[in-house]
Amino acid sequence: MKFRGKVWKFGDDIDTDAIIPARYLVSSDPAFLAAHCMEDADPEFVKKISVGDIIVAGDNFGCGSSREHAPIAIKTAGISCIVAKSFARIFYRNAFNIGLPIFESRDLWDMVSEGEEIEVDGSSGTIRMLGTCRGPLRIEPIPPFMQQLLRDGGLMKHITKKRA
Amino acid sequence: MGMTITEKILCHHTDLKEIHPGMLINARVDIALGNDITAPIAIAEFRKAGGLKVFDRDKVVLIPDHFTPNKDIDAAQQCKFIREFAREQKLTHYYDVGEAGIEHALLPEQGIVLPGDLVIGADSHTCTYGALGAFATGVGSTDLAAAMMTGEVWFRVPETMKIVFSGKMKKWVSGKDLILYIIGLIGVDGAIYKAMEFTGETIGRLSMADRLTIANMVIEAGAKNGIFVPDDITKAYVEERAKRPYRFYNSDPDAQYADVINIDVNKIEPQVAFPHTPSNVRGISQVGDVKIDQVVIGSCTNGRIEDLRVAAGILKKKKAAPHVRLIVVPATQGIYKQALQEGLIEIFIDAHAAVSTPTCGACLGGHMGVLADGEKAVSTTNRNFTGRMGHTGSEVYLASPAIAAASAVLGRIASPQEL
Repeated sequence: MKFRGKVWKFGDDIDTDAIIPARYLVSSDPAFLAAHCMEDADPEFVKKISVGDIIVAGDNFGCGSSREHAPIAIKTAGISCIVAKSFARIFYRNAFNIGLPIFESRDLWDMVSEGEEIEVDGSSGTIRMLGTCRGPLRIEPIPPFMQQLLRDGGLMKHITKKRA
Repeated sequence: MGMTITEKILCHHTDLKEIHPGMLINARVDIALGNDITAPIAIAEFRKAGGLKVFDRDKVVLIPDHFTPNKDIDAAQQCKFIREFAREQKLTHYYDVGEAGIEHALLPEQGIVLPGDLVIGADSHTCTYGALGAFATGVGSTDLAAAMMTGEVWFRVPETMKIVFSGKMKKWVSGKDLILYIIGLIGVDGAIYKAMEFTGETIGRLSMADRLTIANMVIEAGAKNGIFVPDDITKAYVEERAKRPYRFYNSDPDAQYADVINIDVNKIEPQVAFPHTPSNVRGISQVGDVKIDQVVIGSCTNGRIEDLRVAAGILKKKKAAPHVRLIVVPATQGIYKQALQEGLIEIFIDAHAAVSTPTCGACLGGHMGVLADGEKAVSTTNRNFTGRMGHTGSEVYLASPAIAAASAVLGRIASPQEL
């Protein structure tokens, strides 16, 4: 579980209305949602990012509405994973349930700049800031059950596997 | 070791003898809820995973309430999709336009959620039902799909934060002011991942409507659930509505709490949350001169009959200021009818209010009152994020029905005491 990409930084309390505004919730088509990802936080976001890039955010990322459209938009837009200081709990569930890897680190936000390239290794629990001599950063380990969800490809596949 | 009410309800929905915070459990659900925005994804996931029949047609509840009555063709398609699923599955609790209402007002009103239940809903304000002494929490669409299939959902058992209210509330102070005050105190992630248990002598005098408002907004402090230990007020509310058995749980005297916050409500004045976060609260005396363009009275937070009575009491024989658009949204058809019978609707219309059929529309900037660039609204809803009710250049100020009604008349954020 290794992800390598450019960093896009967001602050604290990024709410799901900013990630995918309610005016787009007339559809659950992932490609449509992805086209409007983060629009009210940064209208240019979708144009700027490349596949594999990484969102680095502050505390309480994904607060507000339960809309799963939010992690779906981020995942489909091509973001490989999110590293935040903390996540709002429904967003946290939703991300693992749909198979979007997310990690908690209290330190990364202050140590990286936007556009910098990093490598997140979910298996060893480390983040490397490429192109610098700074040593790897430890991330909070993902609980075993969440790891299982990611390995299975999300909650529904996990359940189907269990019932089979 | 003693358990909190939240731990007890969760525990009794598993095969475990005891549980403690931090444990990962699979729990049986009594009610699994979805709406016109979240259910389409859940139904698609359910089908994709080979789902043919929901685990229990009495326990899966679908309410189209967000973009209804259908706001446009895309919304109509989403509603049609869930309507057809509800018919195919012969769901007992599917309520459409004309008999429905805003889900979190409708389910308690109809006795669909009851004390001791474990409720999940693909809507963040599912936490509202904690007012009845149920464990209720918002989840995503995939969680709903899994619950529709298996009747179970995974949880990390939360730690509990205890909020102890004491003292007597001042005039014009309501449940809305108490919860806004708490969110201002602890912040929008102040209770992240935790249960919030509301207790203390003040609670014994708090109406069910006020309790529902408080539990409704615990998500705005990041909480997993908010909960009240049921009492005589709960009993009086559910007795006439319940059509199946229910159970009152309480917290053990030696239950463990992660934090205890004591609040003297006597010190609290009506609260207003300034843009763009529900924690940016000020007492009404500190608001200053904020001219407004729109007032919305309604939503799952404050669209109940008690809220409409307070607003009508203030608006009686008065009119909204000429530059203010006043929109009143009774939260259910039952509340609408009751308001009509009590003469409240006439008061609203005479005050130049647009009275709408039940819908979540305005609260999330969907329809029925979307804000333009630069416009300011006082709203009895629950969120004031950037762009929440319309243009990203608009501003939302959250307040109680009393403050909203007085503000409509005076054309600026104001207290009824100024009238």
